[in-house]
Formats: sequence, C-alpha cells, structure tokens
Amino acid sequence: MADTPEVPKPAGAIPPPIVAAPAAASVAPASAAPVAKPAAAPLKPRPKVQMVWEPKELHRRDWMLVGAWSLFAVASLLSTIFYIVRFLFPNVTYEPPLQFKAGLPTEYAPGRVDERYKAAFGTWIVRDDRGLYALSTTCTHLGCTPNWLEGEQKFKCPCHGSGFRKSGINFEGPAPRPLERYRVGLADDGQMIVDKSVKFQEEKGEWLNPEAFLYV
Amino acid sequence: MKDFFNALADPSRFFLIFTVAVLAMLRWREFFTAPKVALTIFAGAVIFFVWALKDPGFKANISKPDNIPIIFMLFLVGYFSWLSLYRAVKNDRRIDRGELPEEAVESPKKVLVWPDLVYSEFICMLIGTAILVIWAILLKAPLEEPANPNKTPNPSKAPWYFLGLQEMLVYFDPWLAGVILPGLIVNGLMAIPYVDTNPKGNGYYTFKERPFAITSFFFGFVVLWVSMIILMTFLRGPNQAFFGPFEQWNLHKVEPTVNIQFSQIFWQQWLGTSRPINWLMREMPGILLVLGYLAVTPIVLAKTVCKKMVTQMGNPRFLTMMIMFLIMVAMPIKMVLRWTCNLQFIVNIQELALNI
Ligand code: FES
Repeated sequence: MADTPEVPKPAGAIPPPIVAAPAAASVAPASAAPVAKPAAAPLKPRPKVQMVWEPKELHRRDWMLVGAWSLFAVASLLSTIFYIVRFLFPNVTYEPPLQFKAGLPTEYAPGRVDERYKAAFGTWIVRDDRGLYALSTTCTHLGCTPNWLEGEQKFKCPCHGSGFRKSGINFEGPAPRPLERYRVGLADDGQMIVDKSVKFQEEKGEWLNPEAFLYV
Repeated sequence: MKDFFNALADPSRFFLIFTVAVLAMLRWREFFTAPKVALTIFAGAVIFFVWALKDPGFKANISKPDNIPIIFMLFLVGYFSWLSLYRAVKNDRRIDRGELPEEAVESPKKVLVWPDLVYSEFICMLIGTAILVIWAILLKAPLEEPANPNKTPNPSKAPWYFLGLQEMLVYFDPWLAGVILPGLIVNGLMAIPYVDTNPKGNGYYTFKERPFAITSFFFGFVVLWVSMIILMTFLRGPNQAFFGPFEQWNLHKVEPTVNIQFSQIFWQQWLGTSRPINWLMREMPGILLVLGYLAVTPIVLAKTVCKKMVTQMGNPRFLTMMIMFLIMVAMPIKMVLRWTCNLQFIVNIQELALNI
C-alpha cells in the first residue's frame, strides 16, 4: 500500500467534476462508459474511466440528456418554490375583515367597557369622558384573551394572571406592556370605524397619535 | 382548622414550608426514614386527604380527571424519596463501619441486559399498560368544547406535567420562561454526566458521599418542579389568583397588587430621584445585578466555600455547574420577590422587549 501512492492519485484528483454535475450523474455513466472503454482499457483502466467526465468526451446525445435533466431540475425547483410561496396566501380566509363599523359613538355609555365586538373582532370599545378608543383583546404576555371584570374595573388574563386597567395599561402579573389600541375614526354616516390593521402601542408613545383616540 | 390550612397555603408560606420540610428531611434523614416515622407521615397524609375530601370544593378540585395523576405523583414522589433516603442511610452506616454498600454485596457481579433487564422491563410494561387501560375505562378523558380564540377558559391551565413551566411564565417573559429556561433545563440534565464525573454513588444509594448533588436534586425536582405543580393545580383558581385549598373559587377575588420594577425601587425609593430617561442608564442597576449574580457569585464561591469542589472538578466544569445552579436558584428568588414586593422585572427594557 505504502509503495504505490502515485497510482491512485489521479483518480483521487478527478472526482470534483462529478460533484459539480449532480443532475447528470445518474444518467451519464450508463451511456458514456462504453464509449470510452475501448480506448482506455489497455493502459490505465481506472483513471481513464474517470476521464469520461471531461466535457470533451461528451457526445451530442449526452449533452441532450444533461440538458434535459438540468431543465427538469430547474423546473421542479422553481415550481416547488412557487407553490411554497403560494401556500402562504390562502384562497379563502375565514378571518373577519380588519376594518369594521362599530355603530354611532353615542351608543356607548361613558365609563363603560363595551364587549359587543369582542367575539367577532377581538376588540373592546371603551368610552371615557373625552371619547372612545378600541383596545385589542390579545394579552401582551402570551396572547390569551383576558376578561373584563366590571366589579374590579380591570381586564384580567386567565392564563398567567396579568391585569390591565381600563385604559389598557398593564399593572399586575407578567404582561410586559399595555394592550394595543386600534385606529379609530368616523365614517361618512357618522358611525365609528375601527381599523385593526393599524396598531398603537403605548410604550412607543403611539397612543398620543390622534388616530388612536376618537374625541366626541 | 380549614382556615389554618388556607393560611398556610399563601404562596410564600407554602413555598417556605415546602423548602424547609425537604431540607429538614435531608438533614434529619435518619429520623425521618425510620419506617415507623415514615409510616406515621404517610398515615397522616392519608388521613388529611380523607378528611379534606369532605370539603366539596377540595373534592371537586382533587377528583378532576386532570388532577388525579398529580395525586398519584405526590404519593409516588413521597415513596421514592423515602426509599432512596432509607437505603442511603443504611449504606452510609455500612460505609462508616468500613463495609461495602448493600448493593455491592447483593449483586457483586454484573448481570446481563438480556434476559435479566429486558424481562423485568417487559413485565413492568405489561403492568403499566394494564393500569393505563383500566384507568382509561374508569375515568372519562377531560375533553372540552372546541377551542374558541375569543374565550380563554378561566383559569387556563396547562397539562399537569407542564404546570411547573406555566408557573414559571407568571414570573418571566415568554422568551425566557418558554424558550431559554426550559432549554437550559434540558441541556443541564444532558450535561450532568459530563459535569459530574464523580464516581461515588454509582450503583448504590448514599447520601454522605454526595450531599451537595443529592440536595440540589431534591431542591430542583421536589421543591421547584413538584411543589410548583401542586401550587398551580390546587392553589390557583380563576384569574390565576391564589386560593387556599378550602377556599371557595370566587371569580371576583380582589388582589390589590400593582407591579413595581427594580429600576423604580432603585432610583425612586433608594436614591429619591426620578428615573433617567435613557433606558440603558435606567436599567443599569438591574443589568449589573443580574450580571453580577451570574458572573461574580461563582468566582466568590470558588474562592471561599467551594474551594475543594473546584480542585476536584476543574474550572470549566465548576463554572458550568455553578451557572446552571445559580439560574435554578434564581427562580425561587424571583418568585418570592413577586409575592412579597410585587417586583415585576429586575431588568425592564420595554424599548427592546427585553425583560428579566
Ligand atoms: S397570556 Fe395573558 S397573562 Fe400570560
């Protein structure tokens, strides 16, 4: 073994091209090897067989095959990517629309937390003495839905016990930040519009945004 | 009587009693593992259960199909703690007298996996399956109505074996309590064979030869994991408020708590100034506290109490072990701080959504 390290070396040096053309690897040996064998056999059989992979010895028919396989590979790759991306956009969504009309501002009693849009749109509408705001019903800790406790005047999350004031400010339990508020505005017919696609976070100072609060 | 138990069940008291009880059991193990004493304790527990089951609220809570495994587990944990300590005490006495541990005398030779081990495993599997089948027939699965994202059940509790994790979520941010800490638990357990290369106690029970290892195991498993499961199952009611075992689950139990951050305590109460605007300045004390806890404590310990341990284990092992240990101990520290001072976060960087 130790005496003849030079012979296997060329064979060892050639493999990289095989790695470089994986699509062709499965087909080419069958068709190309018989062509190369008669010329190569007498001298050094092993390296010569490997030489088949040099492009010079590929015949036109082999080129067709390589081309066909690469085309196939590229096409399947592209279509896979396309359909994976396509899956992210379902044909039908059962999510409620992000914007909804919430009735006339006068329907809401001052100082009350209104739960009528909690089930359908995940929103509490609260009216204080200056106006209205829409609170998200998603706990900022891990996303459970808190309950409004009228007696204690607080939102209380059943999962880990976070508590939020009527304003949405967190004050007990693990929730790290206040509930989010949604954009509110008035439609032409005087109804209130809640737009859930725009969120305002207190810790970023966004509650001061005029759209986070509806003066009435 | 019931009021007395309700008062004991206040979380900090409960935790303190539990910790002290486990440590006392380890300290006076010779007394507690004596069969008479152990049987008395067991009988006491059974009498307590029988008596407590007369209380309808307690009974309702205990006999939920969800909670029955926990009762099994309590008795099993008690039994196996007793068994291991009992045999450890026996062996320690033998080793003191210069004899070999019992296990070495009983089976001095190695036994084969096949058939010795596989047979007994197979029998255990059959028995286990039989018990599960009977259990499944006798008790209905606690299925509920289809999930509704708008209505979270109150109280919401994880499966019983995860209750320790859920309890952790009450004190830490989700990224910590849900990702980092469980990851550390798993990785820490996997690291044990590499960190703990001490051959003492392999294949036989002992306490005297491994006091630190066994104490930390009892603390980590019995105190932190099992007691948290008990706490979460039996002492937390609607809105995750704390209730004594014989207290009515009242939806409107008012707990006037307002969280406070460490930065508020430091700047406002201790220094009497307002908090700096810049968050890095504001949270510096908390950050330093956490880093100091994790970085300085191991060094101090290595130089003082744990000198011998360091020479035995070598620095990298000692450091790995110590950091895992400190993180484990940090858990009850934070819980007690929340219960007693309403401290929410030690480091509270809302700007980066990073809270510790
Ligand atoms: S999800 Fe609301 S407190 Fe954890």
